[in-house]
Amino acid sequence: MAMAWVWTGMVVLSLIFGVLNGTITEVSSAAMEGATAAVELCISMGGIMCLWTGIMAIMNKCGFIDGLSRLFRPILRRFLPCACRDKETLNAVSANISCNMLGLGNAATPLGIQAARRMARGTGGVATDELCALVVLNTASIQLLPTTVAGVRAAYGSASPFDILPAVWLASVLSVTAGLTAARLFSRLFRRR
Amino acid sequence: MDISSLLVPALLSVTALVGMGRKVNVYDTLVDGAREGLSVSAKILPSLVGLLTAVYMFRASGAMDFLGALLAPVLELVGIPAETAALLFIRPVSGGGALAVGSDLMAQYGPDSYIGRVAAVMLGSTETTFYTIAVYFGSAGIRKTRYAVPAALVADLAGFIAAAFAVRLFFYT
Repeated sequence: MAMAWVWTGMVVLSLIFGVLNGTITEVSSAAMEGATAAVELCISMGGIMCLWTGIMAIMNKCGFIDGLSRLFRPILRRFLPCACRDKETLNAVSANISCNMLGLGNAATPLGIQAARRMARGTGGVATDELCALVVLNTASIQLLPTTVAGVRAAYGSASPFDILPAVWLASVLSVTAGLTAARLFSRLFRRR
Repeated sequence: MDISSLLVPALLSVTALVGMGRKVNVYDTLVDGAREGLSVSAKILPSLVGLLTAVYMFRASGAMDFLGALLAPVLELVGIPAETAALLFIRPVSGGGALAVGSDLMAQYGPDSYIGRVAAVMLGSTETTFYTIAVYFGSAGIRKTRYAVPAALVADLAGFIAAAFAVRLFFYT
């Protein structure tokens, strides 16, 4: 429903601004262009997306996810000490993080939900600090290869679609760190009340 | 030699070799995975039609420039280019919407421009926050989310600022 408001707002504002600015002719043709551009974009980035989901499928079959999960377990124990006492939760969370890193969103979400469900037991519908940390980890993107974005860049003729990788990694690390730090600080504030 | 040009061919070769070493039918797996990628593209197409239509209208009407000009003083303070203002708002709410706004910025300014790169890094380093929170807490039966939303939004904001900073650091220093 939120998107319905955003979409309606954008279209109505375009009409109002178009009339006020005298750009209504441009707005009218832009509506048609936008729809065409969407199809063009999907087709020109589709190839790259297919290639990378294919490569990720190979990595998955090679046991890449299991390897990554093993790597994350000791780190996750520090962030989620209570949840990680339960072996199944730990497995689900580390596989969830690993899938997110490889950009396998479809595989990551069910694993994350499984972990969240186990962690929510006995909380009476109130988010614990660790549940909040899990959500922050999942709302801050930690994807190693942002393949969709690379696909869009390639579609518009980028000389090297993956040259943004170091910048993406740095921004992701800073974003996750800020999120987890904020969660720590907020948790103290919320306890005092 | 450019390291990032080496990345893709190297990644493809290493993946193929490791797969062969582990007796995975590399080619069939690749094709099956690619088929899944096709269904992802096909799935986002309808929403992209709706969203890019709205984004194109919004930009052509001058409303996008107005929004940018309105927020420019605040955004410049933290080093975010004002052109990306609309992306900041739609990113936490809608993944498809963010893709539409971001790809429009890349088309308009060029994927290798400063604005185009910042938009790409923003898309790559943030998530659809509200959707994720709704899915996780909804399925876990959590009604009191406490500070999860503000903390996640802090992460988003930090991601946006860091995206602009990282692009300047890696491409313009």
